[in-house]
Amino acid sequence: MKRFRRHGQESQRDRLKQELFQFNKTVEHGFPHQPSALGYSPSLQLLAIGTRSGAIKLYGAPGVEFMGLHDENAAVTQVHFLPHQVELVTLLDDNSLHMWTLRAHKGLSELMEIGRFTLTGPPGAPPSVTRVTAVLAHSSGELLLLGTEGGHVFIVEVPGFRELEERNISLDQVASSVPDDYIGRRNLEHIEALQENPVNPNQVVIGYGRGLMVIWDLEKQCAIQHIPATQQLESVWWAEDGGYILSSHSDGSYCRWMVSVEEVNEEEEEKSDIPYGHFPCKAISKIIQLPTQEGPPFLLFSGGMPRASYGDRHCITVIHSKTHVALDFTSRIIDFFAIREGPQHIGDPSALVVLVEEELVVIDLQTEGWPVIQTPYLVPLHSSAITCSHHVSAIPLKLWERVIAAGDLQSTHYSKRPWPITGGQNLAPDPPQRDLLLTGHEDGTVRFWDASGVCLYPMYKLSTAGVFHTDADPNDNMNQGTEGEWPPFRKVGCFDPYSDDPRLGIQKIHLCKYSGYLTVAGTAGQILVLELNDEAAEQTVEAKVVDLLQGQEGFRWKGHTQLDVREEPVLFPPGFQPFSLVQCQPPAVVTALTLHSEWKLVAFGTSHGFGLYDYQQKNNVLIKCTLNPSDQLAMEGPLSRVKSIKKSLRQSFRRIRRSRVSLRKHHVNNAAKLQEANARLEAELAEMELAPVQRKIEARSSDDSFTGLVRTIYFADTFLSDSSHNTPSLWAGTNGGCVFAYMLRLPPVEHRADEPVTAQSAKEIQLMHRAPVVGIVVLDGHGAPLPEPLEVAHDLARSPDMQGSHHLLVISEEQFKVFTLPKVSAKMKLKLTAVDGSRVRRVGVAWFGSSRSEDYGESGLVVLTNQGDVHVVSLPTVKLQVHYPCVRREDVSGIASCVFTKHGQGFYLISPSEFERFSLSTRCVVEPRCLVEVPLLSGSSTQRRPKPDVASSAHRNARQDGEDAEVLQEIQKSLEGDQTETCSLKAGAVMVMEAMVCLPQVIPGE
Amino acid sequence: MNKNHRVPSNRSLSAVEVKSKFGAEFRRFSLDRSKPGRFDEFYGLLQHVHRIPNVELLVGYADVHGDLLPINNDDNYHKAISTASPLLRLFLQRKEEADYTFGTNSLTRKKNTVLSAVLLRPDATRKKTPVIISLPKDFRPVSSIIDVDILPETHRRVRLYKHGQEKPLGFYIRDGSSVRVTPQGLEKVPGIFISRMVPGGLAESTGLLAVNDEVLEVNGIEVAGKSLDQVTDMMIANSHNLIITVKPANQRNNVVRSGGGGGGGAASGSSGRSSDSGASYYGYSSHGGVGAAASMPSHIIQNFPVGEPESDEDDEDLVIEAGGEAEPIRRASSNYSMPSLPRYEPHLNLRAAASSTSALSINANGTLPTSGSSGSLSNANATSNTPSPDRAVDRRSLEEDGTVITL
Repeated sequence: MKRFRRHGQESQRDRLKQELFQFNKTVEHGFPHQPSALGYSPSLQLLAIGTRSGAIKLYGAPGVEFMGLHDENAAVTQVHFLPHQVELVTLLDDNSLHMWTLRAHKGLSELMEIGRFTLTGPPGAPPSVTRVTAVLAHSSGELLLLGTEGGHVFIVEVPGFRELEERNISLDQVASSVPDDYIGRRNLEHIEALQENPVNPNQVVIGYGRGLMVIWDLEKQCAIQHIPATQQLESVWWAEDGGYILSSHSDGSYCRWMVSVEEVNEEEEEKSDIPYGHFPCKAISKIIQLPTQEGPPFLLFSGGMPRASYGDRHCITVIHSKTHVALDFTSRIIDFFAIREGPQHIGDPSALVVLVEEELVVIDLQTEGWPVIQTPYLVPLHSSAITCSHHVSAIPLKLWERVIAAGDLQSTHYSKRPWPITGGQNLAPDPPQRDLLLTGHEDGTVRFWDASGVCLYPMYKLSTAGVFHTDADPNDNMNQGTEGEWPPFRKVGCFDPYSDDPRLGIQKIHLCKYSGYLTVAGTAGQILVLELNDEAAEQTVEAKVVDLLQGQEGFRWKGHTQLDVREEPVLFPPGFQPFSLVQCQPPAVVTALTLHSEWKLVAFGTSHGFGLYDYQQKNNVLIKCTLNPSDQLAMEGPLSRVKSIKKSLRQSFRRIRRSRVSLRKHHVNNAAKLQEANARLEAELAEMELAPVQRKIEARSSDDSFTGLVRTIYFADTFLSDSSHNTPSLWAGTNGGCVFAYMLRLPPVEHRADEPVTAQSAKEIQLMHRAPVVGIVVLDGHGAPLPEPLEVAHDLARSPDMQGSHHLLVISEEQFKVFTLPKVSAKMKLKLTAVDGSRVRRVGVAWFGSSRSEDYGESGLVVLTNQGDVHVVSLPTVKLQVHYPCVRREDVSGIASCVFTKHGQGFYLISPSEFERFSLSTRCVVEPRCLVEVPLLSGSSTQRRPKPDVASSAHRNARQDGEDAEVLQEIQKSLEGDQTETCSLKAGAVMVMEAMVCLPQVIPGE
Repeated sequence: MNKNHRVPSNRSLSAVEVKSKFGAEFRRFSLDRSKPGRFDEFYGLLQHVHRIPNVELLVGYADVHGDLLPINNDDNYHKAISTASPLLRLFLQRKEEADYTFGTNSLTRKKNTVLSAVLLRPDATRKKTPVIISLPKDFRPVSSIIDVDILPETHRRVRLYKHGQEKPLGFYIRDGSSVRVTPQGLEKVPGIFISRMVPGGLAESTGLLAVNDEVLEVNGIEVAGKSLDQVTDMMIANSHNLIITVKPANQRNNVVRSGGGGGGGAASGSSGRSSDSGASYYGYSSHGGVGAAASMPSHIIQNFPVGEPESDEDDEDLVIEAGGEAEPIRRASSNYSMPSLPRYEPHLNLRAAASSTSALSINANGTLPTSGSSGSLSNANATSNTPSPDRAVDRRSLEEDGTVITL
């Protein structure tokens, strides 16, 4: 009977779990790592980026984004939208072509792969014959022209990838008609470029690597004209009126060739120019020219810089009338395109979109001075390397507006024009609350991001470098644009990975959203307390040095020195302005930081100890050294580690040298011997791999390294000494499994400014298992975590229950353990490591709302382990609820970068420049929900696509009226679509898709 | 620091200083290290210097690890003399007063070989004459073979007792592959193997684990499918009471379950039973290497939860209250407890020796810890000034005023 009831309870709990928890990776924020291809559809107004890891990402209006991943782990080398379609073709490194489409599904949209294709040549042909080097998506939307390394052009019908062998243009066909006097006719080399005549879709120009260009008539299947350029070809551009062709070459020149209307071989090189000439130049890799309604055209090309003096610059030159600018990027240019005005997208160029390796830069070509337009997405998070992050949920409107106002003052140099890429509709509901993500960077900046929705939008940037003297000259970046400089460089983009001083790096951030106080701590033991001020202010920041060693002897700090503080007043712009500075001595990395804005206290910890600072009185309250005298590593600082890396490097070099020597010994001019040596080397390598990785099994002891390192620090108003009086308290946990508790005595509010705050040691807990303490939480009488400071004062949280007894939850890397307070006795625990071998890496407290009933919710611990799994642990009973694999276990930096929100979401870095956002909550999910429609056809005569039929446009209207009512119909439609496969896809004029399956499964029955 | 060497430095190296304690009385004398003589002569000498000629005595000494070991034959007598540096501390008891005896009856002789095998006392087996040997409970358990009755004969479940000793666990593990018999035939599967033993470590000294043994389970959890790092973390998390099930590389010494046959199999089998029998043990923690002039801080009683298969010893986190009293956290139901401080002992003892002349419980009570029954710490905690809080105090002061003590 009892057993039966228990079973019933369990299944009830299981159901509740399903209502509370659900794991989704929802969206990627930031800039794709290692982009390798760019595509753009003027008709869809969508931008596509392919990456070296085989991902394809589509972006339209802010909030409209899609992502797909190729099964092959190969780089995307080219992306082409089929004109006026919702399909796009990608070419991968492995020579495979893939067809993607935006497809309707349950009222939203979805990017999915619908076909793949690899060219097959005649039997016995070398692979170069079918190695695709150039792709042209024909404007008919039905043909794909594939130029290959062997010099052939294959014609393929899309989207089904049917080869039209009879229409292929073989090299022989072309070569036979090449004029005899053309120098390079014996070897035309690969096909470098394919371009369609903008006014006659039957004509394409085929550009060969050797330089020759041939205008080919697809209908008549013959060459119309030969353009005998002799320089190595880089790119070809057919002018919009079809009257001439621009070609760019490897020597930094570009040429303009007239296209004869009559079919006479009267080719004429009208103009040839090496824009940055005289001395040898690098290749112009791409050239485009766009006409304007009135006045001269825009000429844009990438590269072409003088080899010797500026060969290392990454430049795009824009020439319009008398204006000539060489846009100078900080990373390699992948590709670029221009966006044109007008409903048909054939008007004046309005914006230049440049994809460089580390960012996307959009330049407003219609505003004087060609300013940069701030991107609403794809922002390079890593413009300086991210060193830490901090998430604050539910920001009060007041603070939000002040931060935005401060940020607006910083972005005055951006163009005022709206974002020019506007494809698709964002159907996601407005985010329920305002969330901030703060990222700390290596250069001492803290960036504030609007993390409420799908777009991670930059709000404000705080720099802490101004407080200190650094080697960098602040005017360093200003000395450009000097008169008469040639080429006329202009620096654009914000990616700047070079940190002036690594000691400035931000390691910990804590923001109080109610008071606007912010504290940040850095690599050289600096802790700054900042206050939000709407006015600029000039002030001196007083430094307070804190000696964490407390007379500990036998200490040699071999690490970096502390930062040198500016003693003169510094002018701080509106925004967060530092007013207090603590410098730890020795200047080790700050490893734990917290701020209590109600008590006006900041607590911090390093590998040597921790301290408590009163920022109202600018006074140290407490300093505690946690060093273990036998811990050499912590004593000496990071240098000794460097030494060991050096040593191991030296060893590995030695090993390589040794194997080379052994190779040389066997090297006699004899193939067999060489082979033997190779085999031996291989065997050696194999042996090296076989040499087993060993792990030492040893109990932790107090003299392991860095046992004194403070991992977590926490303020709580709780029962520390007796069960009837709650007092403010400070808690600190170390790497050696030790927890220190201090009772704080705060003077009454009216004397807060003059009476001292005191801290008195109250308790010290040494965990028997000695695992590092990574989190401390005090739970109130209801078992709920204590609210944040000022949260109750602002009526945003229920005041904690002070009647029932409080509990202390200590989270170590190995266990979750609940103790009673004030008499710290163990109540319950959950062992993690002892049971499954994983260890806690990141932990957060979150509130989970039920998806079924509005008013039910639970607090839980969110945990990320070193195996990359996320767990939810219930509070206060510390029981594992759910777990999901989240990060690859090898991705150590991804695991280390994870932050959790207070509502069951999280972020982690999937590359130096991208955050993956995930959600564990059923109620709080931020994911793209968007809709892309097939463009209405332009007046262009080339269209042979079926017009949207009545049914589907009615369907569209219906959705616009009342979407929910139509969901069933939608599902049915998509089901029908599935049955009839691709043909129905082609007919559908409205493509709706969904990036994520988001509806929770309804569990049938009770 | 200097206090540490004050006494022994002016003595000649050939002499062993002996401090013998009987009841509340001390006697000091010296012996020639090179010519220690025989045990019965030594026994007579002790009776003489303490003026107790007709009292039957049990002789124990504190070895370098701080353990109380018996002296009852020539071999362990010589061992005691040779390892004493600089001081040999002896504890004498009346045989009839002891709650246990160093037994000589025939029943224990059989176990003698077992124990000596387990404890690696090679000289104990060489004796031809009937050996006077201690009961198992006089020793601290180091390891045991458990669950012999439920495991396949090819497997061995070894329990390592890390508690209360300085000895490192001392082994390494690696990835490897092993061959399994499956319905599909032989299959190669990845496995975890012991790759190296640290000389002098606990794992090596037990003799129950060997290089290339395959690790199958850690504290009851199968390691199959887990990475090397995961298994490492599991073992370390369980290191206070590590139970590993291995498939020994050398299958010749397996426990033979039926018939209680001869050879090593029977021996290890019985040792498994005997040390897993739920008896409780004492360990005496004291330090031969520390200053001799001051009286030693008292003994530490260590009680081991030997009988419990799933020990929750790590529950006993040490909590130090502001007032300086330390108490190990324990569950109400558990009758044992264990102060967690061993790593600090050398410092602490030194400090105590240097700072406090008042003798602790040995002197005060005037008794050897013979009367203590198992689970007596809580008892002791309540009644007398027991060592663990004192140590805690010492440690706290050590940390707080930051005095550096280097040994």
